[in-house]
Amino acid sequence: MKSQLEELRRSAAERIAAAKGKSDLEAMRVAYLGKKGELTAILKQMGKLSAEERPVMGQLANEARAYIEQQITEHAEIFKQKEKEERLKLETIDVTMPGTLPRRGHKHPLTIVLDEVKDIFIGMGFQIASGPEVELDYYNFEALNIPEGHPARDTQDTFYITDKVLLRTQTSPMQIRYMEQHKPPIRILAPGRVYRSDAADATHSPLFHQIEGLVVDKGVTMGDLKACLETLAKGLFGEQTRIRLRPHHFPFTEPSCEVDVSCFRCGGKGCSMCKDEGWIEILGGGMVHPQVLRNGGVDPDEYSGFAFGIGLERIAMFRFHIDDLRLFYENDMRFLSQF
Amino acid sequence: MKLSKKWLQVYVPVEASDKEFADVMTLTGSKVECYEQEGSELRNIVVGKVLSLARHPDSDHLWVCQVDAGGDAPLQIVTGAQNLTAGDVVPVALDDSVVAGGKQIHSGKLRGVESSGMLCSLGELGLTTHDFPYAIEDGIFVLGDDCDRTPGTDIRKAIGLDDVITEFEITPNRPDCLSVIGLAREAAASFKLPFTVPVPQVKKGEGDVKELLSVNVLDSENCYRYAGAVVKNVRVKPSPRWMRERLRASGVRPINNIVDITNYVMLEFGQPMHAFDLRYLSGGVVNVRKARAGETITTLDGVERALEPSMLVIADADKPVAVAGVMGGEYSGIMDDTTQIVFESACFKGTSVRLTAKKLGMRTEASGRYEKELDPKGCRRSLDRALELVQLLDAGDVVEGVVDCDCSKTGVTTVPFLPDWTNEFIGIHVPADEQIRILEKLEFEVKDGVVYVPSFRGDVLHPADIAEEVARFYGFENIESRPFTSTTAGKLSPTQKLQNLACDSLMASGLSEIQTYSFISPKYFDKIRLPADSPLRTVVTITNPLGEDTSVMRTITVPSMLETLARNYNNRCPEAYLFEMATVYIPVEGRDLPDELPKIALGMYGPDCDFFTLKGAIEALLLKAGIRDVDVEPVADCPFLHPGRAAKLTAGGKELGFLGEVHPDVQENYGIGQRTYVAELDFNTFEAASDLVRVYRHLPRFPASTRDLAFVCERAIPVLRLEREIARAVGKILESISLFDVYEGSQIPDGMKSVAFNLTLRSAERTLTDEEADSAMKRAIAALEMLGIHLRS
Repeated sequence: MKSQLEELRRSAAERIAAAKGKSDLEAMRVAYLGKKGELTAILKQMGKLSAEERPVMGQLANEARAYIEQQITEHAEIFKQKEKEERLKLETIDVTMPGTLPRRGHKHPLTIVLDEVKDIFIGMGFQIASGPEVELDYYNFEALNIPEGHPARDTQDTFYITDKVLLRTQTSPMQIRYMEQHKPPIRILAPGRVYRSDAADATHSPLFHQIEGLVVDKGVTMGDLKACLETLAKGLFGEQTRIRLRPHHFPFTEPSCEVDVSCFRCGGKGCSMCKDEGWIEILGGGMVHPQVLRNGGVDPDEYSGFAFGIGLERIAMFRFHIDDLRLFYENDMRFLSQF
Repeated sequence: MKLSKKWLQVYVPVEASDKEFADVMTLTGSKVECYEQEGSELRNIVVGKVLSLARHPDSDHLWVCQVDAGGDAPLQIVTGAQNLTAGDVVPVALDDSVVAGGKQIHSGKLRGVESSGMLCSLGELGLTTHDFPYAIEDGIFVLGDDCDRTPGTDIRKAIGLDDVITEFEITPNRPDCLSVIGLAREAAASFKLPFTVPVPQVKKGEGDVKELLSVNVLDSENCYRYAGAVVKNVRVKPSPRWMRERLRASGVRPINNIVDITNYVMLEFGQPMHAFDLRYLSGGVVNVRKARAGETITTLDGVERALEPSMLVIADADKPVAVAGVMGGEYSGIMDDTTQIVFESACFKGTSVRLTAKKLGMRTEASGRYEKELDPKGCRRSLDRALELVQLLDAGDVVEGVVDCDCSKTGVTTVPFLPDWTNEFIGIHVPADEQIRILEKLEFEVKDGVVYVPSFRGDVLHPADIAEEVARFYGFENIESRPFTSTTAGKLSPTQKLQNLACDSLMASGLSEIQTYSFISPKYFDKIRLPADSPLRTVVTITNPLGEDTSVMRTITVPSMLETLARNYNNRCPEAYLFEMATVYIPVEGRDLPDELPKIALGMYGPDCDFFTLKGAIEALLLKAGIRDVDVEPVADCPFLHPGRAAKLTAGGKELGFLGEVHPDVQENYGIGQRTYVAELDFNTFEAASDLVRVYRHLPRFPASTRDLAFVCERAIPVLRLEREIARAVGKILESISLFDVYEGSQIPDGMKSVAFNLTLRSAERTLTDEEADSAMKRAIAALEMLGIHLRS
């Protein structure tokens, strides 16, 4: 009987190893271990054994069952693994095919740049203010030292609504409006639409955006203006950027300056972008004229301030290498979707 | 303003390189636009002397010349010009040279005869007979004795075509810098060089000016100084080379000595001058007065112009002879037979000249200067300079005396000298004596704590103006930037944050931001079918628009949006999903300024786009802003929307806006060949209804029961009405209700629809029993039964 069991183990192991699939294994489980299986047939002979031999043989028989079961289980696992591998192989996809893009909206390039500028100034303690686009002549001109008949009115071709109402030609009226409503210390950025009667072409638009800055406090100097604009220039064009203040004239600042940044393409060596000058003009500013402070209800003997105005389109054109101003207002999807 | 380097150097010995000069002047406030070397285009052209000339053997019009061009041996050059004789000195373009216009010249054969270059005409040097009146236009330029005639000399040097011209952008507050003297003063201060303003010396003349000329200034407010002088026996001829050269470098064409003197003085001192022919000055009288109604004048350019009583004119006894400060009359100019002239040097009020020039539509060199208010002291000095030049050029005999009507304010402007304040204001540390030095260089006088402002600096009135002068010459680049410390908290306002949130939400829904013009055409209201009496047609109108298309401020965003959608459609963009944070401008009765209302405009078209795409984007936006309580009502009478596919939104009891499919007629008006959708939300209402406060609700601890209900109702009944009725009937155990099917067709009677909802019921305190859920369903069914709506069987 012992030899029968040994033979059973050997032949079972051989046949299990040769099995071709899960169903073969199942058939073998029945053939060896089932109620009518070979092991059961051998065990039926147990009755003929002596009382001493019976437990020995019983143990051998149990070992044989365990052995065969283990063999079947191990091989079943192998088949399962193989099957999974085959399935995964079938499921292979072409990963170079394009992904499914969600429809994505695009921020207008002017807003992108404006948001950057706002961020830089908020970091310096500025708040964002806004005011009317249809404006009184008083705020747009008179209160800014540009009385009737002043030559500066000619350079800013104005759209008029009535004799005393116009479309603002600059965001500077916000200086007066804000000072009228708020006491110093004042630190505001006032972006917005401005209007000039220029026909639209690659570099002109009857409507464009300015960003006005105004700081009024005790002891504000031109050194503060310079530091503030340096932060702007570095924030917009990179840490290596330098600025240059050139004396200029605006009726509502004194001293006034135009501000250049070192060319962000050539770094100041001279190239086609900066017309070989190494510098690119980006804004105008200066110390708020004492009369303008007074017009805003601020005592120039106690307070001083600076103001500046940035052309948003100009910055955006440099930033994105856009060569035609009209693109901003045509809103062609082929343009918008690039940002 | 173009500045000749040679002319400048007469007054200030500037030795800086051209680039350095440009940079330094720019940094002290006289911005250099560009600078240019005269004749820089010419190459390898020298002075040559024609030694002999002979007929070309094979031509009846060519000449073969032997020319001494400074080399070891004479050059043989063939020319077709007929104006040469032996001994003439001419420009010679050598082998491998470049003449004006960029044309290259090489040695070669002309009809078989060797020619080692070309003899040049004036045109080939880039000049005209205005520059050299004795030369002829169609022939070789024969150098006169006003040129260096040494063979081999560079032609540019020989004829004075070697100046450097610097072009300045002068700001309107500095008319004094629109002159050589003014820029010389700035240059001297910039380079710390000596400079004194020349004082013209007029030799005593003959006779008495008062016998020939009388001047009556009848409007001294608009003409604060008028000085006149007379020159007899005028000898009209070309001016000398140095004067022609300086005029040319300044961009002015030389004409004749008298005209050139007036232009020369204007460029030198900044004071426009005029020369009248005394013959045409009836009565020898100059009346400075306002034009009379109906008067006309034919100006120098030959155009007859109607004058208005607001315009200041220079008149003789009978008629206007010039528009003051703008342009002279037809007969006021200098002619070949002119013998006696009146020089006018005057100061007219800037605004008067400006308005007159604008009305007549003729902005001239003179009017551009007068507009900026000229220095009354310079007025007289300029007249003296003109007379000095007449004597220097022997252009006529100066009559003794000057008629000078001076009504200018004689006072000197004074400003307190506050060196410490200046330092503090600018953020610099410049000692008081250094500040004085800077100011004196600019001809300010500082005495006993007071700054005396020179008469030509009308722009300086305040201590801040003095501070600017100091800062300019101390150098803006030397101002130290001071760490800019924060005294205020920088942040966005809640409104600005909500705007950003709205943009973000719309972009997340796939809409792209646009920026459109705030002004539109009034015709666009017809295009969107607004009725004639629509209040939206009451607009802010621009009185001087560029064109009708941009003549009124928009009161609604729909036309701008449709315009943009149409442009994209025409550009063959397959789809466009757009929004704009736009402003509309609503006139308010009795107020000067309109209300400027912020709106959120939406618009879209595309193959996957329908009403619910648009509505979904709006719902996502409202959810993001925490706006839950929104009423949606169908609108059948919105003129630009499809009557069956339009809705009005109400939030917090206020109208939030509208959305819908664009009316087919409007779509056609815009040429859009696809169904198009637009919406406009009022941002203020949106903001008022928004609620960004978020409070956490516990996650459910008990399971939910779900039930489906389907009803059959009339087609026209809005789904929202059923939904609200069910919600009311079920009560607080209703966690959510969602529409999952609307069906019309077989099994459903005509004109009816089946509407199916999925309900989720849940209690926060316990697990709901089936009985509770069933009873809730019975309540819902009963409630709809009351409305005559039955459960679908």
